[in-house]
Amino acid sequence: MLLEAAGIKKVFGKLTALDGAALSVGENEFHGLIGPNGSGKSTLMKCIAGAEVPTQGKVSFVNTDITAYTPTERARAGMSLKFQITSVLPSLTLYDNILLALQAQSSLFDLVFSRTRGALHDQVMTMLRQFRLADRAFEAAAALSHGQQQWLEIAMALAGKPKLLLLDEPTGGMSLEERRVTGELLQPIKQHCSLVIVEHDLDFIRDICDRLTVLDQGRVLASGTVSEIQANPSVQEIYLRRA
Amino acid sequence: MLKSMGAAKQAVHTGVGDGTDVSVAGAVSSGRSSGLKILPIVEAVVLVAALLAPLVLQDYLTVFATRVIILALFALSFDLVWGYAGIMSFGQALFFGSAGYGVALLARDLDITNIFLVLPAGTLIGLAFALLLGGFLLLGRHPSSVIFVSLGTLTGSYAADRLARGWYYLGGQNGIPSIAPMSLGTYEFTEGPAFYYLVLGILVLVYLLCRFLVRSQFGLALAGLRENEQRIAFFGYKAQHLKAIIFTIGGAVAGLAGSLYAFHEGFVWPNMVGVVVSTQVVLYVLFGGSGTLIGAVIGAVIVEGVSFWLSDNYRDIWPIILGVLLLVVILFRPLGLISFMLGERERVGSFGAKAKENP
Repeated sequence: MLLEAAGIKKVFGKLTALDGAALSVGENEFHGLIGPNGSGKSTLMKCIAGAEVPTQGKVSFVNTDITAYTPTERARAGMSLKFQITSVLPSLTLYDNILLALQAQSSLFDLVFSRTRGALHDQVMTMLRQFRLADRAFEAAAALSHGQQQWLEIAMALAGKPKLLLLDEPTGGMSLEERRVTGELLQPIKQHCSLVIVEHDLDFIRDICDRLTVLDQGRVLASGTVSEIQANPSVQEIYLRRA
Repeated sequence: MLKSMGAAKQAVHTGVGDGTDVSVAGAVSSGRSSGLKILPIVEAVVLVAALLAPLVLQDYLTVFATRVIILALFALSFDLVWGYAGIMSFGQALFFGSAGYGVALLARDLDITNIFLVLPAGTLIGLAFALLLGGFLLLGRHPSSVIFVSLGTLTGSYAADRLARGWYYLGGQNGIPSIAPMSLGTYEFTEGPAFYYLVLGILVLVYLLCRFLVRSQFGLALAGLRENEQRIAFFGYKAQHLKAIIFTIGGAVAGLAGSLYAFHEGFVWPNMVGVVVSTQVVLYVLFGGSGTLIGAVIGAVIVEGVSFWLSDNYRDIWPIILGVLLLVVILFRPLGLISFMLGERERVGSFGAKAKENP
């Protein structure tokens, strides 16, 4: 298993957001994390990515216990997160947003003397083309539409060549057409990267995911392949029917 | 000037709207070349004015101008820390003043006044203090809060002020008077045009080094740090290290400025490490425009110039007038005076390999 999170408990004051949740993701697997509002999906993502520290439980990544790792250490271990709220850097150009993500692990010396600037140029442009943003490379990211900002952010999250990408609601606020394109953009990364995806759009999830985990009130209700989950009566009970 | 910039921006937008690659590339390159013109012009104008100043100013004003140039150097140090890296330091005078005291002691107790010894020594003192304080405040395993850093630096500056006031070896309340002039062989730098041009030369040199730094890939990392520290940590940046490094560089520049100040004024006193001077440098940068190097320089020149003029003409109420003026600028121009001339896009700038994009 690439990622193994077990017994994750997260308490905020009196609220128990996660109560023994678990998630396992294999290599090159697209894993959907679904559940009703407030079921703890985003909190579980944050505990995995290091944005929150779980109250209890253990997260291992590539057979290493990373529960106490900082976000920086997790990123360096090969994990990458796209936030739910888009957090591209709005005053920088698209080009510089991608370059910023790509050069994250360059040494200080290389950064000060801009030694990787030339070498990374082709990678920046390739990523921008891949995410259909190349013609706006030198505009400020703030000028992009919401959907395009999401793409830019996915591109940035992929820039460090992660082994695991965590996507929190990548299609939030997107049009139908933009959702379809997002699915297309994500397919090619499967060759080198696993994906955990939190998403409300179940059609989108069904289209791109191999396995699903359903959370309900901070616990795992069911986990399995897409068809297993669709056939699961208790999942239909709490979630699929309503959606 | 402003109108033509607006037109250029318009051109970029329509170019993108057309959609074909060729027109886009053309529009982007023309947009960039006309968009990036303002900053070098402002820099050139300021430099020419600074070069000519001693020729037109009376002697006592050249002395004043020298002091202002030194304070502009000090403002640069704070701009690096706050304007570029977003670290709110309310204790920048600690590095300025401790270097001032350091070189004053070298001159008083060891008779060392050689410019090639005292200036590096002052720079090192500023660097060492900033490394200590910055290491303590910024280098935790998890990012420290803005409040923690600003209160920590403020406390450092305040404590240094009290320490200097109470310590007999440092001259107590009176500080260290009559510091021997800085020397080069048998030549002594006394107030006047020679000292002015020396200080201006140092400012230009440091300015160019800073410009190299903030336009490098390291500068891009700083921009990320300033805009969203949490985000760049998730990319794998060691954000705390970046902050400690730029804080230390800022301390070194402040130390250089402080040692020049000590020799120029001929004395050091506890205020120089204290909260008042720490706040003053914040005002320079706020007023001129943080996040541009030239904004820091302009801010120092204008705040000091206006104070000088006001105190001459409105002997009693000038601090109130100055205060109101500062408030007005900060309220209506949060990006400082420079933002009258400079658009946001040009202020932030581009960091990528530019030449390759325009065949």
